[in-house]
Amino acid sequence: MSLPSSLASFNLAEARDALKAKSISSRELTDALIRAAADSRGLNAFVTETPERAVEMAQASDLRIKHGEARVLEGLPLAIKDLFCTKGVRTTAGSKILSNFVPPYESTVTQNLWNAGAVMLGKTNMDEFAMGSSNETSAAGPALNPWRAKNSNANLVPGGSSGGSAAAVAGDLCLAAIGTDTGGSIRQPAAVTGIVGLKPTYGRCSRFGIVAFASSLDQAGPMTKTVRDAAMLLTSMASVDPKDSTSVDIAVPDYEKQMAGGIKGLRVGIPREYRIDGAPAEVSALWEKGAAWLKAQGAEIVEVSLPHTKYALPTYYIVAPAEASSNLARYDGVRFGHRAKGVSDITELYENSRAEGFGAEVQRRILIGTYVLSAGYYDAYYARAQKLRTLIKRDFDQAFERCDVLLTPATPGPAFGVGEKTADPVSMYLQDVFTVTVNLAGLPALSVPAGLTANGLPLGLQLIGKAFDEGTILRAGKAIEDAAQFIHKPTDWWRAA
Amino acid sequence: MSVDKDTVRRIAKLARLKVTEERLDPMVAELNGIFQWVEMLNEVKVEGVPAMTSVVAQKLKWRKDEVADGDVADGLMRNAPESEENFFVVPKVVE
Repeated sequence: MSLPSSLASFNLAEARDALKAKSISSRELTDALIRAAADSRGLNAFVTETPERAVEMAQASDLRIKHGEARVLEGLPLAIKDLFCTKGVRTTAGSKILSNFVPPYESTVTQNLWNAGAVMLGKTNMDEFAMGSSNETSAAGPALNPWRAKNSNANLVPGGSSGGSAAAVAGDLCLAAIGTDTGGSIRQPAAVTGIVGLKPTYGRCSRFGIVAFASSLDQAGPMTKTVRDAAMLLTSMASVDPKDSTSVDIAVPDYEKQMAGGIKGLRVGIPREYRIDGAPAEVSALWEKGAAWLKAQGAEIVEVSLPHTKYALPTYYIVAPAEASSNLARYDGVRFGHRAKGVSDITELYENSRAEGFGAEVQRRILIGTYVLSAGYYDAYYARAQKLRTLIKRDFDQAFERCDVLLTPATPGPAFGVGEKTADPVSMYLQDVFTVTVNLAGLPALSVPAGLTANGLPLGLQLIGKAFDEGTILRAGKAIEDAAQFIHKPTDWWRAA
Repeated sequence: MSVDKDTVRRIAKLARLKVTEERLDPMVAELNGIFQWVEMLNEVKVEGVPAMTSVVAQKLKWRKDEVADGDVADGLMRNAPESEENFFVVPKVVE
């Protein structure tokens, strides 16, 4: 029996409605996606596929649907970034140091999804410990972008760090996926693979059970085919969690309802500092088009200023490595993870286990972080960066006195080639120039696919909102989505014959 | 500010990360590339600006200091590279 291949190309809301109408079963849907993933190993989107568990969960969902006990995400198959601890399923964080780690507990976000009835297809590829913008630092090798430039066979990166999740959604290997975003790791890969990515407000989703990178910046969020799907998923992911003291005590609204209603009278800010030298004309043109789309639907466009924008990336590259060097101190080869062999004492055990287990980018960041926190340098680097962070946040507070949402490009350009930026760390870091400010200020932001370059590659627009105002950016994102009519799909060159 | 080989050796030691002699020179170059770039933060006057402590205005929550979980030793030991009767085994630490 062969199922229609179109089952795999359902979006989340379509699948939910079809399951509700009983025109498909979760088992059929899950089988189609298991097969799609198996046929698409060339993309290297998954680190671990969990087909048996998926089938088991789908069958349980079908029973619930039959008995009229369906929950909000009942029977909907998702892919999970390999940064979320999943009980009994290997969780690597894209690192050799965790290559054999099987968590004895479940992250709160994934538990919330399973409690809502979702089905797990597997764990997706990512930059090691979420440090990267191209998925190339993964110990499992790079995931590939389903998109290729017109008339080209060159492999492109899917962005990072949630590159596997982005590739899996864009390539129709799952209905939707979960990522994390510390400096742009949901929004940048979403933009360069033509999908929707949402980074919620810091504190909206629990960080419990997410392998920590930079704890004051990390947030989990949905990566989906539509804005509505992102709203649906966030409603289930978000919670107030006693296991994460930074999860904020604010009731979780129904974001799908908040998304409706249009944007008449919405004040949209255009931050002038986001016009950067050397940005491709296509990026600026799309940005102007986005503003015009919103205006045509009744929004008011206002120019605003975020004067400290250019300091955001260097600030991030002090704060994030500092927190990482501290968080990653736990990987010492003693209690879990990789342990070096043939060592003569405990210090050598630590030093060799870490040198063998961590890749080059992670080692670089641990050293930067250790340096900026070390005696004599703390004030010059770390303390100064934390003050800059206050100024960056203040910029946003002032801008939001004059507008309700900000519109910016999502990335400085489309997907780039595998290997193109690996030699120069700073050129890679610049990928996050439009996204990183948001993490430093703890704000929510949404990346929406809005057009293709002349070369046929996706570009996204970003909407930034006030803290805990995800509803407004989803509403504005829906307006962009409706106007852009981004219906493009990559050709499936990667599928096994 | 820039780092030299000795500094990299020193921070590698602090970070308990073995950096081989042949990796030292490239690492010095890579780190200096990044440190030169972050130098631009010195352009900004930060006197009187408070350091950020929390992005979201909230008081850290208090909770009762009581046991909420436990008896999970088996689960905790399952990932141990080397263990004996719920102890982690490491090379001799004290002579």
